[in-house]
Amino acid sequence: MTTHPANQQFDVIVVGAGPAGSAAALLAARAGLKVLLLERGEYPGAKNASGAVFYGSAILNELIPNWWEQAPVERHICRRDIAFMSPTTAVALDFRSAGVGFATAPYNGFTVLRPKFDRWLAAQAEAAGAFVLTSAVVDDVLREKGHIVGVRVRREQGEIYGKVVIACDGVNSFLAKKAGLQREFHPHELSLGVKEVIGLDPAIIQDRFHLTDNDGIAFEYLGAITEDVHGGAFLYTNRDSLSLGVIGQVSSLVERRKRPYELLERFKAHPAVAPLVRGGKLREYSAHLIPESGWAMKPKLYTDGMLVAGDAAGFCLAAGLYLEGMNYAMQSGLAAAETAIFACQKNNFSARVLAAYQKNLKQRHVSTDFRAYRHAPSFVNGPRLQNLYPEMVARGMEQIFRVDGTPKRKILPLTYRMVRQSTIKPGQLLRDVYQVARAYLW
Amino acid sequence: MVMTTHEEKMRTVRFRVGATPHIVVNSEICRNDCSVHACVYVCPANLFVPLDDGGILFNYEQCFECGTCYVACNQEGAIRWSYPDGGYGVTFRES
Repeated sequence: MTTHPANQQFDVIVVGAGPAGSAAALLAARAGLKVLLLERGEYPGAKNASGAVFYGSAILNELIPNWWEQAPVERHICRRDIAFMSPTTAVALDFRSAGVGFATAPYNGFTVLRPKFDRWLAAQAEAAGAFVLTSAVVDDVLREKGHIVGVRVRREQGEIYGKVVIACDGVNSFLAKKAGLQREFHPHELSLGVKEVIGLDPAIIQDRFHLTDNDGIAFEYLGAITEDVHGGAFLYTNRDSLSLGVIGQVSSLVERRKRPYELLERFKAHPAVAPLVRGGKLREYSAHLIPESGWAMKPKLYTDGMLVAGDAAGFCLAAGLYLEGMNYAMQSGLAAAETAIFACQKNNFSARVLAAYQKNLKQRHVSTDFRAYRHAPSFVNGPRLQNLYPEMVARGMEQIFRVDGTPKRKILPLTYRMVRQSTIKPGQLLRDVYQVARAYLW
Repeated sequence: MVMTTHEEKMRTVRFRVGATPHIVVNSEICRNDCSVHACVYVCPANLFVPLDDGGILFNYEQCFECGTCYVACNQEGAIRWSYPDGGYGVTFRES
């Protein structure tokens, strides 16, 4: 297709060494392709921040059996809480499992520190034969007769040619936009996460969260925790630290004129959270955008000579019960690699052949999951489900449990009175119940 | 210490500052066309400083490269951005 000598051309150029990019590079290199993995950071993971719970253990286990024995993982998650908060109260649903897959291999999820985990994963791709080039920013795609035939790295003679480019350059994907596959985003489609890693003695972590050995917890918080900003908060245990943070929809932060790091301080000061973080010492503060709208912000996923995967493709499922990104990043990266391998076999890199990506995404349950939950993000990440109702539950429980000599009210009249006192209209409440059902039940 | 000021937070982050700014703010637009100045509130690194004349002063050196300012800015062309040169900018170690 291109006229460039074979020794100057890669089969696959992967842009971005996060979980999507490294998984793609690993699989393509194992198939014997000549793979280049480009990363703009000083090392893979240097620019990456998320919660971070990695729910893709079973996926990675197919590529690297018992991967957790060699990877820098923190703790495996066998306890999850979802807490509804008012400014002074918390009501939590506490899930704990010693069952198969949670407390036993391959485990359900691990907390990880992204700069360490992502670096390790990129090293696996390198060991499989991919060339890894760090400190390399990609500014644009290269085109010949309308086909994408490579990328331009910001340096002298930065033109690099490849048969397929896989854009895994994250939520802000400049590459997807340069290729004409993605539009500009609206501030209501993205959320900002700010996070702190707080050092704490492992013995204290185990006692405080009732954990043995390398068990870990993932706590998520809804309600008044972000005041009136649409969002939530999280707290996860690492080996000798906690990862905690606040997530707020960008448009909502703007409207309420709230500074994200001030919300973070208020979260830590909440009476249900303060005892959990007490005595800790801040190690690192970080921030990152989250493509929370999922299916609604999905770009066109392929064009002549290029595929898009991971956050760049909006494959981040932020839908209330589910807060997953790294697993879908990895699955979509693998699906992209499978597509690139198929195109190399056909020696045809046109959009018509790369359209196989859609089938591969389906087989890896990426597009099917996002399609199934397509109604959830716009609704779940809204004011009533993230703020109002959780706070009402917390306040309601407070009233039910309070014994102060006044007559006890039954739950239905209590609920009726709370709805009457709130800004919610009964009709709206019924519509919301239907929406929740549509988002999660069928 | 668990409760920290914004300055204390920023001191825990490593930045390798490049020679050229990767974000450019056209303060003329901030002064004449924008009354919201969303960037001032949403930036997690607090890098946008409102000036008395209605303009915005921006300091690129401690930027997380998150892109929030660009998404939040309601005025076309007020913020132009790309990533810093390879190897420069924020370098997370523990996040």
